[in-house]
Amino acid sequence: MIAAIGAGTFAIRFSLIALSGRSDRFPAAAQRALRFIPPAIFAALAAPAFLMPDDVIDVSPDNLRLLAGIVASLIAWKTRSVLWTIVSGMASLWILDAIL
Amino acid sequence: MAHSEHIRQGIKDLSPILPGVIPFGLIVGVAATEAGMDVAHAVGISTIVFAGASQVAAIALIGQNAPVVVIVLTALIINARFLMYSASLSAHFAGLSIPRRMFAAYLMTDQAYAFSITRYQGTEMTAPEKMTYYLATGLTMWVPWQISTIVGAALGTGVPDEWQLDFAIPLVFLALLVPSIRDRADAMAAATAGFLVVVAAGLPYNLALPIAAVAGIAAGVTFERREPA
Repeated sequence: MIAAIGAGTFAIRFSLIALSGRSDRFPAAAQRALRFIPPAIFAALAAPAFLMPDDVIDVSPDNLRLLAGIVASLIAWKTRSVLWTIVSGMASLWILDAIL
Repeated sequence: MAHSEHIRQGIKDLSPILPGVIPFGLIVGVAATEAGMDVAHAVGISTIVFAGASQVAAIALIGQNAPVVVIVLTALIINARFLMYSASLSAHFAGLSIPRRMFAAYLMTDQAYAFSITRYQGTEMTAPEKMTYYLATGLTMWVPWQISTIVGAALGTGVPDEWQLDFAIPLVFLALLVPSIRDRADAMAAATAGFLVVVAAGLPYNLALPIAAVAGIAAGVTFERREPA
C-alpha cells in the first residue's frame, strides 16, 4: 500500500515534468479546484479528533481535546508554525488534564 | 557560475527552514509508531513517499484501519498539488535527461519547488544549472527528513500512552489547516468539509472522509464563483 502511495505520488510529480516544457499552463478549472484541496482535506482529517474524540460528537467544555484545539488554532493562526501549534496543543491538553 | 556554486546556494537558501522541517519529521516518526507501525515501515513511508502531509494522513488512517483505497486516494489528493509544480518546473528543465527528471520528481516538495522557482525568476541560468540548484534544495530537504523520521520512530516506541501523543497527529492537520485558509472561500471549503466529516462519521469504510473533502472542494469553488474576488 505504501508502494501504491509512493508510486502514485511519483506519477503525479513526474507526469508533467516529463513533458519537457511543451506548455506550463495548467487548466484554469483544475487550478481553481486544486486550491481548495488543502483547506477541505485538512479540515476533514482534523475535525473528528477535536469534535468527536470518543466517537460521539461533543462540543461541550468537557471535551478537553476541543479546548486544547482552540488554543492550538490561535497559536497556528498567529505563528503559522507546525512546531508551536503542536507544542501549544499538547501543553494545553496536559494542563487541562491535570487541572480538570 | 560553476555547478558547485549552485549546489552551495541551494543548500544555503533552504537551510533556514530546516528547524521547522525537522520537528515535522520527528512527529511523523512518532505518529507512525503511535499508529502501530514499526520503525522499518515508518522509514519506508518517508523514503518511498517523501511527502509529509500525506504521510501523516496515511499514518492516521492506517491507525484507524481505514480501507487501503481510502488511504491511497487521500494521500494522492493531498499530493495533487505536485501536478502544478510538475507543470511549472517542466519549462525550466527542458532538454534534460529523463533519469535526471525522474530524480527531480522524486525529490519534489513544496519547499524545493518554492525556492527553486523563485531563484529562477529573471536569471540567466541554463537548464542544467537550474536542475543542479533544484536538486541541491531537494536533497537538503530529503536528508534531514529521513533522519528525523528514523529518530522520531525510534523515540516513539519508548513513549508511554498516558502522554496522549496520538493527539499530535490531529494537531499537525490543524497546523496545516489554519494557514491554508486565506479567504472566505477557503473557510467555506474547510467548514463544509469539517462539518460533513463529523455528520457522516457513521458511514462505513471511512467514506465520510472523501465525501467531506470533495464536498468541501465543491463548496469552495461554488462560493468563489458567487463572490467576485
